[in-house]
Amino acid sequence: MLRVANVSAGYGGFQALFGVSLDVNAGESVAVIGPNGAGKTTLLRLISKLIMPTSGDVLFNGNSLATVAAHEVVARGIAQVPENRRLFPRLTAEENLRMGAFTARDKYAERLEQVYALFPRLKERRQQLAGTMSGGEQQMCAIGRAMMSGPKLLLLDEPSAGLAPVVVQSIFELVRRICAQGYTVLIVEQNIRQVLKVVSRAYLLDAGRIVQSGTAAELLAAPEIQKAYLGL
Amino acid sequence: MSDVFDIFLLEAVLNGLLLGGLLALLSLGLNLIFGVIDVVWICYAELIMCGMYCVYYLHVQYHWPLLLAMLAAIGVVAFLGYILHQFVIRPVLSAEPINQLLVTGGVLFFLQAAATLVFGIEFRNLGVALPSVHFGEMSFSGARLVAFATALGGVVAIYLLLTRTYLGTAIRAISQDRSIMPLMGVDPAKIFAITSALGGGLAGLAACLLVLQYDVHPAIGLSFGPITFLICVLGGLGNMFGGFIAAFIFAQFIAVGGFFFAVEWGYVIAFIFFIAVMFWRPRGIFSK
Repeated sequence: MLRVANVSAGYGGFQALFGVSLDVNAGESVAVIGPNGAGKTTLLRLISKLIMPTSGDVLFNGNSLATVAAHEVVARGIAQVPENRRLFPRLTAEENLRMGAFTARDKYAERLEQVYALFPRLKERRQQLAGTMSGGEQQMCAIGRAMMSGPKLLLLDEPSAGLAPVVVQSIFELVRRICAQGYTVLIVEQNIRQVLKVVSRAYLLDAGRIVQSGTAAELLAAPEIQKAYLGL
Repeated sequence: MSDVFDIFLLEAVLNGLLLGGLLALLSLGLNLIFGVIDVVWICYAELIMCGMYCVYYLHVQYHWPLLLAMLAAIGVVAFLGYILHQFVIRPVLSAEPINQLLVTGGVLFFLQAAATLVFGIEFRNLGVALPSVHFGEMSFSGARLVAFATALGGVVAIYLLLTRTYLGTAIRAISQDRSIMPLMGVDPAKIFAITSALGGGLAGLAACLLVLQYDVHPAIGLSFGPITFLICVLGGLGNMFGGFIAAFIFAQFIAVGGFFFAVEWGYVIAFIFFIAVMFWRPRGIFSK
């Protein structure tokens, strides 16, 4: 479904990605793990066309995204939950969800029901300003907002960042349920131990290069990952 | 008490209310632009001046029916707003605020000078007099009543647009987080262009209401441009609700101050109030 082919990218003089390649197949849940500053967020920004690659290409369902503008990516079926959630703080929870449905207005009511079924808490908070909700509620709202566009591929950027440990558990539980519902998910995480319990495959990104890949079980068992990232 | 609280004071208060509605409409367009695009259109009142000339020429010179001339003027000024954004604001969108301010200031003098060249310095009167309305001993200008009702209608329409539609929600959202809009499938450039046309349209509507009350001349913008700007600052620049309330406060100072002293004193008192507020709350009355 998604193919990132030998992509390099950076900001100004700083190069963040060096010839990164990865694949996500339909129905799969895949993680890109790695330490802070590895280029994980850059990779997702690149897929959403918020930045342009300096070389290489991103293909979605076989079509290059090279000439697709950033705001046209959502309609193609790729939605992103950005780092730090980035809700509109002075819009209500429901208005945030409405923004997510900007490109899919005819399905708004139907999808709102689906999102509220998945996150009953959001329905209780629907008239509350997003900026006043708790971190966990905001993350639910951000995920719900991305789901409102009816994506074929859901990109999640560090959904556990900045949340209390108890909330992190419930967010990963939600991600597991979303994957189980048949969504194709590409998730970027520093919380390696948790995310590898949720996804089926993963890539290890370090200093802008893919250094390892395999099934979640393989990576969890890999000695270098246990040593460097899991502290075993 | 009774010798002060007489019927003429009530008339002054009600006239202030009518003026407040008009000022609220004036501040709405400027606040909309600043709140969404983060740029102050210093030349906002000069767009209104263009709209007034448009109504005047279409109606008086070309004998268009007044309402049609007004609709056309709203369209023309909306288009001017769009042009202003595409050709003047867009190139400096990421420049320093002072550059943006100077650029729109330049447009102010350009429009004033161009109007002087094209239309001359004569004061031009539309020649339409709406009948006054009397309540007991009080009398109110018909043009002011129409302006008040239309201005409130415009404010309500904008409120509904901003709260009830996808476009309006996007306009509010983009003012809170510009860089994330593409992830919603929204093209920020398009929302900015639409908002600019909307701000221009509001200036056009204000022009239609002002041309019923005032003669148009190339410097007419100076009569209400500064007031509009001060009201926006008083309510907190970009805060549309604050601007709405501030317009009515400012109008009461002008109307009631003018009642107790001379009309000119109303403005002096209003401006003193403005300066005092700026010491007390530099970011506007409604700042948090």
